[in-house]
Amino acid sequence: MMKPVAFEYVRPETLAEAVTALDHDDARIIAGGQSLLPMMNFRLVQPERLVDINRITELERIERTKTGLRIGALTRHANAARDPLLAEHFPIVAEAMGHVAHVAIRNRGTVAGSLCHADPSAEWPLLVTLLDGEIEILGSDGHRSAEPSEFFLAPLVTDIEEQELVTGVHLPLPAGPSGMAFEEVAQRAGDFAVVAAGAMVRVENDTFAEVRLGLGGVFDTSVRARALEGALTGQRARAEELEAALPLAIEDLEPNDDLHASADYRLSLVPVLARRALIRALHRATQ
Amino acid sequence: MIHVSTTVNGDAHEFLCDPRETLLDALRDRLELTGAKEGCGTGDCGACTVLLDGRPVCSCLVLAAEAKGREVGTVEGIADGEDLHPLQRKFIEHAALQCGICTPGILVAAKALLERNPDPNETEVRYWLAGNLCRCTGYDKIIRAVLDAAGEMREAT
Ligand SMILES: Cc1cc2nc3c(=O)[nH]c(=O)nc-3n(C[C@H](O)[C@H](O)[C@H](O)COP(=O)(O)OP(=O)(O)OC[C@H]3O[C@@H](n4cnc5c(N)ncnc54)[C@H](O)[C@@H]3O)c2cc1C
Ligand code: FES
Ligand code: FES
Repeated sequence: MMKPVAFEYVRPETLAEAVTALDHDDARIIAGGQSLLPMMNFRLVQPERLVDINRITELERIERTKTGLRIGALTRHANAARDPLLAEHFPIVAEAMGHVAHVAIRNRGTVAGSLCHADPSAEWPLLVTLLDGEIEILGSDGHRSAEPSEFFLAPLVTDIEEQELVTGVHLPLPAGPSGMAFEEVAQRAGDFAVVAAGAMVRVENDTFAEVRLGLGGVFDTSVRARALEGALTGQRARAEELEAALPLAIEDLEPNDDLHASADYRLSLVPVLARRALIRALHRATQ
Repeated sequence: MIHVSTTVNGDAHEFLCDPRETLLDALRDRLELTGAKEGCGTGDCGACTVLLDGRPVCSCLVLAAEAKGREVGTVEGIADGEDLHPLQRKFIEHAALQCGICTPGILVAAKALLERNPDPNETEVRYWLAGNLCRCTGYDKIIRAVLDAAGEMREAT
């Protein structure tokens, strides 16, 4: 049996209480506990105080804002997968959640937990990177927000300071009708991705008004294939144009070798998954 | 020590626990419900699967303190007194278990599936149970037992 080092457990009922409870040298938030508890069992992290935010029910909401959708920090993966607002505006979320772990983990794991754990292969960081999400943060000095490129600093490292917590993420609606698609290769269903790709395509007057491609598993953080995106914008909205731009998807990528896959294998997956995701997104955009 | 009052298989329970104790520890060591098993302690095997407010979770990754005010369901609550649940009977009929370590978790997870989807196809059963590892049976008998139990339960209603 594996046991973490002893810690103190506090369970605030409100956000204000949570911020106060975090005022401690070595406090950690526990949300779903699906990444933190395994790490504590292995004694990879040894917090002295756990601040359990699970009773702060206001963090569970998904709501429409003027410009998009706001997903509360405590939204479970399983709830995101069947939320009607997300299904209407960002169907890619349900598609991606099908790749996150398995049923029991999806019932506990949360959006903000996943963002704060910041695994470079995880689905939520990739979705938020693809969808230009804004991560909303509360600290003792009040609210602030961070873009994905500011928030994700390195594998398992984010811009979150001591005494701060993520309250949610805001996803702005695309500027017009769009198509989105998600593709992933993992060793077994539910494993972390070897490589994952998310695409968003907007077509106006038969040309690409906007193309986005997000990639996970190929760098320290999720990344956008900006060279490919730039080259395609304004081109004729055709599958051939997408195909021709694929080599740009791996420009500047330098994935690492690790236990799960070699860098070469990861690089070879990128154009395959990018192609599938972009072509499906194009079909959906023009349906 | 933390005081926890919770409901397990419909009965009210209270216990004191250390913050480090998981729901799995508390069920096994404080409430003597030893059905749920610890196979890994990392969310990988599913042997510890129980219901928390009706949804399957890995009880090795839930703190016992978090069960306060929640409803917990374990394999001990599946049979109706002496009458086995159709899933349990079908597991025996199909020999869907050998050592039995994985069985409590699989029964709890499978029952939750059939409550949501009384008529799942094979793929749906396999995906739903993907987090429940079994080193003995090769899974096929488990899948057949679940599908057979689903059929019987549909006929009965
Ligand atoms: C077997 C298994 C398979 C998995 N497979 C996948 C997979 O395929 N893809 C995937 O993406 N994930 C996977 N996961 C991880 C899972 O998605 C976790 O739920 C997620 O990484 C963390 O979310 P959590 O809510 O459980 O966070 P916790 O484990 O509670 O916390 C994780 C970290 O985030 C911090 N944190 C949590 N919430 C906040 C907040 N609101 N503000 C600030 N900090 C916060 C914690 O302090 C901690 O450092 C898997 C997990 C397991 C056990
Ligand atoms: S013991 Fe909980 S998943 Fe293995
Ligand atoms: S019966 Fe032995 S692990 Fe499943």
